[in-house]
Amino acid sequence: MASTDIHLHDQLGHDHHDDHHHDHHETFLTKYIFSQDHKMIARQFLITGIIWAFIGVLFSVLFRLQLGWPNETFPILETLLGAWAEGGKLSPQFYYALVTMHGTIMVFFVLTAGLSGTFSNLLIPLQIGARDMASPFINMLSYWFFLLAGVIMAISLFIQTGPAAGGWTAYPPLSALGQSNLGSQLGMTLWLLSMTMFVVSSLMGGLNYIATVLNMRTKGMTMFRMPLTIWAFFFTAVLGVLSFPVLLSGCILLMFDRSLGTSFYLSDIYIGGEVLTNGAGQMIEGGSAILFQHLFWFLGHPEVYIVILPAMGMVSEVLATNSRKPIFGYHAMVYSIMAITIIAFLVWAHHMFISGMNPFVGSIFVLFTLLIAIPSAIKVFNWIATLWRGAIRFTTATLFSIGFVSLFISGGLTGIYLGNAALDIPLHDTYFVIAHFHIVMGLAAGFGLFAGVYHWFPKLFNGRMMNETLGVMHFWITFIGSYFIFWPMHYLGMTGVPRRYYEFSNFETFNKYDDLNMLISTAAIVVFFAQFLFVINFFYSINRGKRMPASLNPWRGTTLEWTTPMEPGHGNWVGKIPEVHRWPYDYEVDGHGFIPQHVSDEELKRVTAKHS
Amino acid sequence: MGTTTIGIICIILVMAILFQIAKASELTSIIKGGEDEKLDAEGNYVLQEGTPGENQGNGNAIMSMIFVVGFLVLTVWSAWYYRGLYLPEPSSVHGMWIRNMFFWTLVATVPVFLITNFVLFYFAYKYRARKGHKAYHYAENNRLEVIWTVIPAIVMVLLVFEGMRSWLKITAPAPEDAIVIEATAQQFNWTLRYSGEDNDLGKKSVKYIDGENTLGQNWLDKPNYDDFITDTLFIPVNRPVQIKINSIDVLHSFYLPHFRVKMDAVPGIPTQFWFIPTKTTEDLRKLEDNPNFNYELACAELCGQAHFNMRKPVYVGTEAEYQAWLKRQKPTIEKLGGNKYIKTFEKKLEDIKKKELELKQDHHHHHGDDGHHAEAGEDEEIDLAKL
Repeated sequence: MASTDIHLHDQLGHDHHDDHHHDHHETFLTKYIFSQDHKMIARQFLITGIIWAFIGVLFSVLFRLQLGWPNETFPILETLLGAWAEGGKLSPQFYYALVTMHGTIMVFFVLTAGLSGTFSNLLIPLQIGARDMASPFINMLSYWFFLLAGVIMAISLFIQTGPAAGGWTAYPPLSALGQSNLGSQLGMTLWLLSMTMFVVSSLMGGLNYIATVLNMRTKGMTMFRMPLTIWAFFFTAVLGVLSFPVLLSGCILLMFDRSLGTSFYLSDIYIGGEVLTNGAGQMIEGGSAILFQHLFWFLGHPEVYIVILPAMGMVSEVLATNSRKPIFGYHAMVYSIMAITIIAFLVWAHHMFISGMNPFVGSIFVLFTLLIAIPSAIKVFNWIATLWRGAIRFTTATLFSIGFVSLFISGGLTGIYLGNAALDIPLHDTYFVIAHFHIVMGLAAGFGLFAGVYHWFPKLFNGRMMNETLGVMHFWITFIGSYFIFWPMHYLGMTGVPRRYYEFSNFETFNKYDDLNMLISTAAIVVFFAQFLFVINFFYSINRGKRMPASLNPWRGTTLEWTTPMEPGHGNWVGKIPEVHRWPYDYEVDGHGFIPQHVSDEELKRVTAKHS
Repeated sequence: MGTTTIGIICIILVMAILFQIAKASELTSIIKGGEDEKLDAEGNYVLQEGTPGENQGNGNAIMSMIFVVGFLVLTVWSAWYYRGLYLPEPSSVHGMWIRNMFFWTLVATVPVFLITNFVLFYFAYKYRARKGHKAYHYAENNRLEVIWTVIPAIVMVLLVFEGMRSWLKITAPAPEDAIVIEATAQQFNWTLRYSGEDNDLGKKSVKYIDGENTLGQNWLDKPNYDDFITDTLFIPVNRPVQIKINSIDVLHSFYLPHFRVKMDAVPGIPTQFWFIPTKTTEDLRKLEDNPNFNYELACAELCGQAHFNMRKPVYVGTEAEYQAWLKRQKPTIEKLGGNKYIKTFEKKLEDIKKKELELKQDHHHHHGDDGHHAEAGEDEEIDLAKL
């Protein structure tokens, strides 16, 4: 029997009696700016995220110039940064400001908002069969608070004392005392304000995602018929909702310490030639700087799963679709996401092994940290098994997904070193850590983001598709280049080279790697410019990209988003919402190339009879 | 500026060329009819040849293989190539335990790294879409899931067991006979204070810091009298050394890379790290074949704009060298002027007390002073009445 691919979208869309389609007049403002359409909000998150990614990555290139060529001057730096880089040499103060901003922007604005914000918004309603989010209005506010957070952070870049410069972790007392650092003055106030807005945004988004997934699934869409993307977005939102408030409380206490003379984090401090006192002249004592670290990492660690889970979900979907195979071990995948979500709350103090925390507490965190490697390993094996005996189509999204798995393996394994407290002693705060989390979290999540954009571009922008040739070039340069950036950092780490050093010339122990630092910086510049291949492709394709085929299902996927029209309006489906009759992974089954989720067995029989 | 402009123009040109190539290839594929839809009579989308990605399949599949072989060879080769630059064998007892753990973690992870990466790209290559080749529907295999859950679990348990054992040994209380040295961090330097003959550090508080009394030692506390401050961390080989670490402003981290020692310095919360150095500086000079070699103390926690400059030299000598060095050190109090200085300090202390009392009365603060600082440990101030 010839293999047939069943598309039955045409039966939908001619059925107007349940019409939710918005034909009423939409102004520019309601359509593009104050939109409550989850698809438009997804676009807003994505484009804002891309702008922030450009800024965040550019910052890393600027400080990589300093690290790669510490004895050179770069006139362009003075052009861009003015007094912060007098004579073309970055000042140490601004070096640390750039490092801090790079971390904050990439982790929160790009990989949290840009990734989860974009795709949770786009795909949750489309894949579970809902017209929109549970609360489109709060969803809109979620974007606006994110934008506000960004605007505040952007303002902090231009103030006289410069942006926050105490690292993205903002540890007090450095972040609490303006005397200790220029960046801890107005810059830090704006940082804290910005993060507050960001937490508000994240909570509004997260609550919406949870409510939508739990309550608004179409008929037949049981939890275990949801694509893995939805499972991942759901647990991402759970993580965010439970952990972001803790960061917020940590930030609020820090604000008190900064401006109200409290001492939550401060004790026994002598700075600027005097003992630190409160407004009443009493010495500040009794606070614990370690408390902030607990509060920060209680979000901070779940945060890395907030970043990586959506990428895992999308990669699972892209790999299954383009291998023409079910994702291997669907249930194991779901349970491992659950396990990761739970254990993610029990590992935070592995960032604090050498903070002076009780060593016994440390050993418990070793246990949970290494346990989380097990569900992670299960996922890797299942992705590889999904490729096995598939018929793999090398779309750009496939390539980025395979790249994701490779990065997740390479970066995940080094976590086993760092999670073991004794081994963490020499490796903590060295380039080994930089290599680890950039590969496993930064790059891997970034690759998940790219995979998502290339794969779901037609659903983001009116059925347009991105250019695959440019996409493939973009992938290979980025993939190989990224390994060139971060792999050598392991060697620096094994020499004990500390992170957050402006230069290494003062230390004989750390100044052995001039050639590798130059290589890393060169690779970083190449990868940075390679991203223009993506940016050009992206913005060109929004209006001028090739339309997807008339099937409206360019990758021949099974999930519900491919049943919506070429240019779906607010409400997604013209007719009634499709019902779901099967799980999302019926590829190459019973002689059918694939069977979409909304096709019932009876319809399948009817169509099969017609074809044979 | 000239080179920058030229560079940017070159990059724009390359982008433009790549963009044109990409557009051309898209057009060719449309002309070839590679991605035409075939609709049947009912308008259902049937089967199509050459879906997106299929025509790029071979190139990318071959590229995957080239990549993975190149990647794995390069990682292994470069790790070997740079071996001479890694830190030498640890110069401390616990450092060797850590090295041992590093080795076993390598044994557990490197094969996984090599095999899974290889298999990933090999499968991508081998199972690339080709005409007439169909995917094999294979959704689940519980036995496989159990296997690849249990094996990592066993490996993790072993690593956790070994890790906890080393960790608890390293962080166990220091031996009684350990030489007690204090490292106080501030922006942007370390102050090293030795506890002297009594091996007991005198009490101190940030309240007493001034130009002369840089650590804020309480000169009414007798153990302070033999304490001395030095510029080099001089330690004898093969004897336990306990570093009591603290900070007077922001977070810092006491970091001795060669000894695998790292511990944060936290204002208000004293921390410590003890270790046994096993190789003298001379040993390392011979081993490294570098007569100028020196151990170094660095800061490993971002502490402000000169964080990268907090260096102190470290010297490990033989017991005889250490004793000779000790003899040359003078207690800080002698440098400050002995009894005369203590008298002025006493007055200063009274002033501080008076000021504090005034403040307390001003604010109707009536918390009992007795035992109020009971758990402040090192920095506990001395009750004048008791002296």
